[in-house]
Amino acid sequence: MAVKQVNPTRMELTRLKKKMNTATRGHKLLKDKRDELMRRFLEMVRENRSLRMKVEEQIRQANANFVLAKASMSDETLKAALLAPKQEIYVTTSYRNVMSVDIPVFDTDTRTPDPNDIYSYGFAFTSSDLDGAVKSLSDILPDLIRLAEIEKSCQLMADEIEKTRRRVNALEHVMIPETQEQIRYITRKLDENERSTQTRLMKVKDMMLAQAHGY
Amino acid sequence: MSERIAVFGDRESIYGFAALGLDTYFYELGADNTAVFKKLCQSRNYSIIYITEAAAAELDKEIEKYRSEPSPAIILIPGVSGNTGEGMSAVRKSVEKAVGSDIFNE
Repeated sequence: MAVKQVNPTRMELTRLKKKMNTATRGHKLLKDKRDELMRRFLEMVRENRSLRMKVEEQIRQANANFVLAKASMSDETLKAALLAPKQEIYVTTSYRNVMSVDIPVFDTDTRTPDPNDIYSYGFAFTSSDLDGAVKSLSDILPDLIRLAEIEKSCQLMADEIEKTRRRVNALEHVMIPETQEQIRYITRKLDENERSTQTRLMKVKDMMLAQAHGY
Repeated sequence: MSERIAVFGDRESIYGFAALGLDTYFYELGADNTAVFKKLCQSRNYSIIYITEAAAAELDKEIEKYRSEPSPAIILIPGVSGNTGEGMSAVRKSVEKAVGSDIFNE
């Protein structure tokens, strides 16, 4: 591997060793984070799948009901019936922190507490099929909101997992080996310097002895 | 702050949601649907936007932008014309992103 040029000094060595320590600790932590995120994600995505299947089936049925309702009344009456809805839904979003991912939690609130306010029309001119259709849709709503919550969470977590995985890989395959290589290089260089000083000293000692005593 | 829920799609598929108190926005042929949808996303009044699969097919790019944003949650629902499986494939996309491959593929 191509080693980045480093100064073979003791100071640099200490710095690199510190860096290495941090990198290893960070790598371990991030790896743990990734594993835990993955576990939670898989749990959630399983629920997401089954909930989606259920909701899609329910919507299909509700849609069928609406088609039936539409068939038995005129378009104008239908439009007029649903023109001015009585009920309103408000959502309060709070966030729950799961492994540093803020996942949304939706709390819904209706304008009026009366569950019958979903029928925004008098019953005189509309067919009873419409009542059934609206009711079937209203029954799905809690599931639909839960689906929104969980699907958004899955998307956000998937994003975070991808990021964390990249970080783990960058540390594991680039940062840590590179630092190791640099540390090894400096150690070798320093050792080599020490050996060369040693031999030089020995040589000088020999020369001085020869001069003084004529060995 | 309380937000609301929007539904976007063709009229046939979503007019019933109005009765429940959700805000409905209709997808119309020839109209500038992208602009309408963009406005919905940026308005910050809506924390959840349901969109029919048929309408979503055209607004793919816009939806993609909001995938990693914390708000709003854009959720695909099947329309009256039937289930295209697009909603489930969005879930699959998440799995693929996180795991690397679709492990729930059957």
